[in-house]
Amino acid sequence: MEENLVKTCLHDRHVKQGALMSPFGGFDMPIQYVGITEEHNAVRNHVGVFDVSHMGEVRVKGPDAYKYVSHIFVNDVTGAPDGQIFYGMMCYENGGTVDDLLVYKVNDEEYFLVINAANIAKDFEWIMKNSEGFNVEITNESDYYGEVAVQGPEAEAVLMKILGLPLNEIAFYNFKTFHIDGEDVIISRTGYTGEDGFEVYGSHEFTVRLWDKLMEAGVQACGLGCRDTLRFEVGLPLYGDELAADITPLEASLSMFVKLDKPEFIGKEALAQQKAEGVKRRIVGIELEGTAVPRHGYPVEVDGQVVGEITTGYKSISTGKSVAMAMINKPYDKLGTKVEVRIRKKTFPGTVVKKRFYDKNYKK
Amino acid sequence: MSKILENLRYSDSHEWVKVDGDIATIGISDYAQHALGNIVYVDMPEVGDEVEAGEDFGAVESVKAASDLVSPVSGEVVEINEALEDEPGLVNTDAFENWIIKVRLSDAAEVDALLDAAAYAKICEE
Repeated sequence: MEENLVKTCLHDRHVKQGALMSPFGGFDMPIQYVGITEEHNAVRNHVGVFDVSHMGEVRVKGPDAYKYVSHIFVNDVTGAPDGQIFYGMMCYENGGTVDDLLVYKVNDEEYFLVINAANIAKDFEWIMKNSEGFNVEITNESDYYGEVAVQGPEAEAVLMKILGLPLNEIAFYNFKTFHIDGEDVIISRTGYTGEDGFEVYGSHEFTVRLWDKLMEAGVQACGLGCRDTLRFEVGLPLYGDELAADITPLEASLSMFVKLDKPEFIGKEALAQQKAEGVKRRIVGIELEGTAVPRHGYPVEVDGQVVGEITTGYKSISTGKSVAMAMINKPYDKLGTKVEVRIRKKTFPGTVVKKRFYDKNYKK
Repeated sequence: MSKILENLRYSDSHEWVKVDGDIATIGISDYAQHALGNIVYVDMPEVGDEVEAGEDFGAVESVKAASDLVSPVSGEVVEINEALEDEPGLVNTDAFENWIIKVRLSDAAEVDALLDAAAYAKICEE
């Protein structure tokens, strides 16, 4: 049944290193190497590396590239210097989310989009369909690129030493393209952990060589298990949990990335209307009393009535508290609201809090 | 390799049972704790609750997932391991030493239907 799972260029390494493998977004990916807690702590306190080669990459090139990216992307790339990166979403006409993504501005006529693994086919179809009438050439480069994310306070020092490149010159949410071993390698100061770090995009061969050097340098190999606990603690959304085709970025509490003052983009009308009327539900944080663990899909109740559900929950590795992100109906989304989370046969009291359970340590 | 104790009985859902008179002590196997990884919470019933063979009586939670605890036998809960409330990770340290509940058996014959160590070892190999 798992025969059709795609293997990344680092699959051999994961298996040889004894990682626990599991399907994710159509790929056979490492969930953990030594343990989610140990890997999580390595990234928070030192440095860890993730194989994120499953992510999709799409290049948009041509005279209308700026106009086209502005059309499909809710954030505003206008006036950005070359080398800047934007986080944002692509939305349907009704404001629901196609995907969340990073847009790398190479120059006014070239952009590099990084999309979620599970959504590559759907996104690419959407991207192509909406490119009609724009003078752009769009290529799905997902099969070419391998990608690793080197994350943690020691990421910069380790990666600079291995590659011998002035990565300290790359600012947060910026990237540079370096010519290494005869190929172009994209390195950005980005990540999905709330820590400083880099994402490195190169050929499969380059990616494997880099992985081996990172292992030689003693960097902790990390699986998707702690990638989720890390992103969750700093309140970052995961498509499928906090974002979906029937969840708008405003409902996901991501309105800071939706630039409604832009002249035009797909979904603008619906989102502007939703903003004017006010969202009926939104993503908030919940802190539970005690240590029962809230999980995706568990109901959140007030006075015995269901008012929402958990989207992601953990016993936070960094703080030890049982916390969750949850989609909650108004007016129960207000900070300080007392709620009950149903976990199997019991309910546990909790409080609505900000959806950031751990402070980010970005190097800006 | 996972540890399997000879003198215990096992369920195919990886609980172990140790019988002493009409009291059955229940825990999860070393294989199960290993498969789960770091255990962060053990959801236990209350003393006085009735458990039924084949039915859930709680859950063991690792960082990533919740795994139901299925009772291998029927009876009344007479004791829960309160140490696990503060230190659920004890199960990882020694899954046989750190039992979860004790049950007063209502049907001792249910124990005979459980797996012995050799049969359970085979399940773990699969």
